[in-house]
Amino acid sequence: MTASAVPPYAPPIDGGASASSRRPRRRFSVLTQRDKLTIGLMVGIPAFVHIFLIWLPALGSVILSFTSWNGIGGLDKIRWIGLKNYENLATVYQPFWPAVQHNLLWLAVFLFIATPLGMLMAVLLDQNIRGTRIYQSVLYTPVVLSLAVVGFIWELMYSPGQGFINNFLATVTNDPRWITPGTAIDWTGTKGLNLFAVLVAASWRHVGYIMVLYLAGLKSVDNTLREAAAIDGANSRQTFFRVVFPVLAPINVVVLVVTIIESLRAFDIVYVTNKGLNGLELLSVLIVTNLLGEASLVGFGSAIAVVLLLISIGPILFYLYRTMRTQPT
Amino acid sequence: MAEHDSLRSVTRRQVLKGGAALAALGGVSAFLAACGGGATPTPAASSGGGGGASAAPSTGGGASNPPAAGGSITFGSNYSDDVPKKAMQAVVDGFKAKTGIDTTVNTVEHGKFQDTINAYLQATPDDTFTWFAGYRMRFFAAQGLATDISDVWAKVGGNYSDAFKTASTGDDGKQYFIPFYNYPWVVIYRKSVFTEKNYTVPKTIDEFKTLGDQMKKDGLIPLAFGDKDGWPAMGTFDILNMRMNGYDFHVSLMAGKDKWTDPKTKAVFQKWAELLPYFDPQPLGKTWQEAAQDMIGKKAGMYFLGTFAGEQATDPAVHDDLDFFPFPTLGTQYDAEAAIDAPIDGFMVSAKAKNVDGAKAFMEYLATGEAQGIFLASSPNNVAAAKDADTSKYSPFQKKMAEIIGGAQKIAQFLDRDTRPDFAGANGMQGFLQDFLGNPTQDLDAFLGKIQSFYDTLPPAS
Amino acid sequence: MTDDVATVGLAEEVLTGGRSVEVVSGKRRSKVGTHAFLIVICAIWLFPLAWTVYTALRPYRDTANLGYVSVGGTYNLDNFFNAATGMELWPHLFNTLVVVVPAVIVVLLLASMLAFAVSRYSFRFNVALLMLFTAGNLLPQQIVITPLFRMYLALPLPKVLNEYGLWYDSYFGIAMIHIAFQLGFCSFVLSNYFRQLPKELSEAAVMDGASVWRTYRSILLPLARPALAALATLEFTWIYNDFFWGILLLRTGSKFPITSALNNLSGQFFTDNNLLAAGSLLVALPTLIVYFALQKQFVAGLTLGSTKG
Repeated sequence: MTASAVPPYAPPIDGGASASSRRPRRRFSVLTQRDKLTIGLMVGIPAFVHIFLIWLPALGSVILSFTSWNGIGGLDKIRWIGLKNYENLATVYQPFWPAVQHNLLWLAVFLFIATPLGMLMAVLLDQNIRGTRIYQSVLYTPVVLSLAVVGFIWELMYSPGQGFINNFLATVTNDPRWITPGTAIDWTGTKGLNLFAVLVAASWRHVGYIMVLYLAGLKSVDNTLREAAAIDGANSRQTFFRVVFPVLAPINVVVLVVTIIESLRAFDIVYVTNKGLNGLELLSVLIVTNLLGEASLVGFGSAIAVVLLLISIGPILFYLYRTMRTQPT
Repeated sequence: MAEHDSLRSVTRRQVLKGGAALAALGGVSAFLAACGGGATPTPAASSGGGGGASAAPSTGGGASNPPAAGGSITFGSNYSDDVPKKAMQAVVDGFKAKTGIDTTVNTVEHGKFQDTINAYLQATPDDTFTWFAGYRMRFFAAQGLATDISDVWAKVGGNYSDAFKTASTGDDGKQYFIPFYNYPWVVIYRKSVFTEKNYTVPKTIDEFKTLGDQMKKDGLIPLAFGDKDGWPAMGTFDILNMRMNGYDFHVSLMAGKDKWTDPKTKAVFQKWAELLPYFDPQPLGKTWQEAAQDMIGKKAGMYFLGTFAGEQATDPAVHDDLDFFPFPTLGTQYDAEAAIDAPIDGFMVSAKAKNVDGAKAFMEYLATGEAQGIFLASSPNNVAAAKDADTSKYSPFQKKMAEIIGGAQKIAQFLDRDTRPDFAGANGMQGFLQDFLGNPTQDLDAFLGKIQSFYDTLPPAS
Repeated sequence: MTDDVATVGLAEEVLTGGRSVEVVSGKRRSKVGTHAFLIVICAIWLFPLAWTVYTALRPYRDTANLGYVSVGGTYNLDNFFNAATGMELWPHLFNTLVVVVPAVIVVLLLASMLAFAVSRYSFRFNVALLMLFTAGNLLPQQIVITPLFRMYLALPLPKVLNEYGLWYDSYFGIAMIHIAFQLGFCSFVLSNYFRQLPKELSEAAVMDGASVWRTYRSILLPLARPALAALATLEFTWIYNDFFWGILLLRTGSKFPITSALNNLSGQFFTDNNLLAAGSLLVALPTLIVYFALQKQFVAGLTLGSTKG
């Protein structure tokens, strides 16, 4: 997971906000030939880079998902097998359904625990209290750490023999079995337990991110609304839920989409922990293990990629629809 | 408005033109490069497999690269752990001293080396690289990714037994591999622990179980175990399968001729489930190195692994304290075979080697007892493959290794070297075995059915 | 309000808690409750990092003897020095910077060009283009890896940029994929930003006969400095923190970015958690420094576009 930011919501450009935005844009026709070329390049080069390295491979994934190829040899070695990969994925491939389950669980935890917590933090910090900067910094610090580092920091907590949790329990209960191999709880090595352990680490990071996004949204809410509500006698809770929250619809969209996309993208923490085996299967990791193997199952890995793509398309289209319909053409 | 539209379309066309031209150029060049780059390697460098260049003798020097005799070669190594890494460097230094050829060693972490071998051999190969004998070797040779080194074998063949020569031969009858050393998979223990607690080395499985029970009473884990990486568990499967069903069945199962759903295979897993109480109850979060530390640290009594586990005993006094015995007999007709896994590690020359002469000289050097001796001096956890290796310098540990390997009638290479790589990997057997270890009481028929179905979905081996 | 202030203005508010209204007296009571709650949460949040620091400061001997949850023994920076050598900190940091710095520069350059053209000049598929970019930024990266990987194995590169002459296993390759992925976010943000800049400026330039390029370079780009600074901060952090592309597209150990070097450290010294703790902190240090030094820019980057007027 590299940059994970969703572009911030751009509010519709008000009628009266800025007169200059009303003026029609420069007409292309007035430009010189050279200028037209410049514009062409200014748009063309970024577009080319983006399309070539992202959309072309995405399309390639879709095509390859209908083939069988072990990754060796030229294009002539690729065999077309239609929907066979998808069939195998659904029926034969051991880790597939567990991976889907885990992704959904990841989404559920983010959606119902981590994101609301981040929103709550934002609401609390929206008040003019002392030290808000410090609170924010603390909560946001995990976000600036690489997920590989986050994985390590939590490994220091979870390690059966040397980690904080087991050592703390051993010291407090004066029972060395908490850190002896065989009786120690292996937080990241026990199927069923490890997914939640990793989710704690991921949420640690997610909450701060959501907090900042939401805080920015809250600040954009016109204060007159709040003042009016207060004058009418609403308490802070009523103010928030009846007045502020509805106005925050756009930022809520952003937060929702970010949450969904992040849970689908989850990869780094899991990979650093144990390469996505034994209870930590995720769709993203399955794709990688199928491709980066000794004899890669290219077609198969691509089929998993297409599944991931299809699942992601929904939120992406939703976000585009919400954002773009307010863009001036 | 119409004017606007036509103007707009002009601009769109222009932008599209610019972008499309660049895209087309890029796309075409990429495809051309893919076709060219991914196509079969130069005929002189490969024989057999992909491309149909039949028996082209490789007399040194690829068709496209002028031979650079002497000079320098590049060497891709997966000896990433501390001890073997230093030992390999010593060998490379010895090579330089003997021939004056410089070797650039490119070490990649052990697991990553295997994971990226596919891309590596096709796109960015070194002249020479470390690899393993068995199907794993034949697979890549058959894909045309290795240089035929039968001419090297013509010179050094006398230094190897027939078994080693067979292990180095590809499907087309030519040699592609130079064996360096091998090591047995055995049950390792610390002598001091056994003497302290009055344990005796078990020969049969019943004796083993009794010993295990005793160890548990004494607060030790009988068998250390770490299967986080997915492959260590394969050793247990292999030995149980060979002891219960015989070497031939094992080989045929690996080759896909016999089925995982066969009742014989099922019996292996049932036996394993019986023995699991004696293994570390939580192996899935532990690497083999950590498990070795358990045994060395006297938290576990024994450890079933290849003798390379000795690398983890960095203190020479502790290393001298290590001893081992072969996995106990199971009381079947196949016990007499004394079959074991004794994987062979060695080297190959890549198909796209730039300095083929230098690479072959390196292979020749590596085939000598001298070179192997240099390595083993720093890493005495294996035994040399060459006949002229100086065994007098072997530690008792190594002498015993040589004995066990010599005394075994049947030698296998280990599951992930004996069967197809796309079956043995993380998305295949590694995952399946971890699943079994996490839930050994599951319905074995369903479980084995899944393994077999997965095997059946794999594309036919080229 | 100048644009500079407008950009970081919201960030300022976010960080200092300004612009909120205290109305009912009831709020003052719950203030204590709020503070208490926040302090508890922050303590929990800070703990893993604090624990890492604490462990890193203790030699392995001490923790082996006294246990990890203990006070006592010596405290020193030995682990940091050992980790730095053990994971070859400086070479790997260099590798990271070789990728990050050019990538950030190029992505901002390309994004600003695109944003400029799209916001100042109208053509039909303005919106479609932005949609494409945004969607591209939101895609999970694993979707593209198979064909991208094969492309990288085939695409040629001048030998001076990569000894194999391929995009695979090259700094250039890594930088390019970062640029491609980040273009979406940066273009979107910058196009919003440009759209809110007064048109009179560029109009005036055109009146004077300035070419498109001149308008972009001499007028719009300097005006965009606050936004560019904000984005640069974000992008530096994100590209620095990347772990995934390194795994996929690099093979030579000496080329790995610093995040992957940590992995190697854990492979070698898995028994020594204290050393690993120190290593993790060393890797995290640059981004932490950037964050705390440029906090305003950071938040501004994330909130750009949420400003109203």
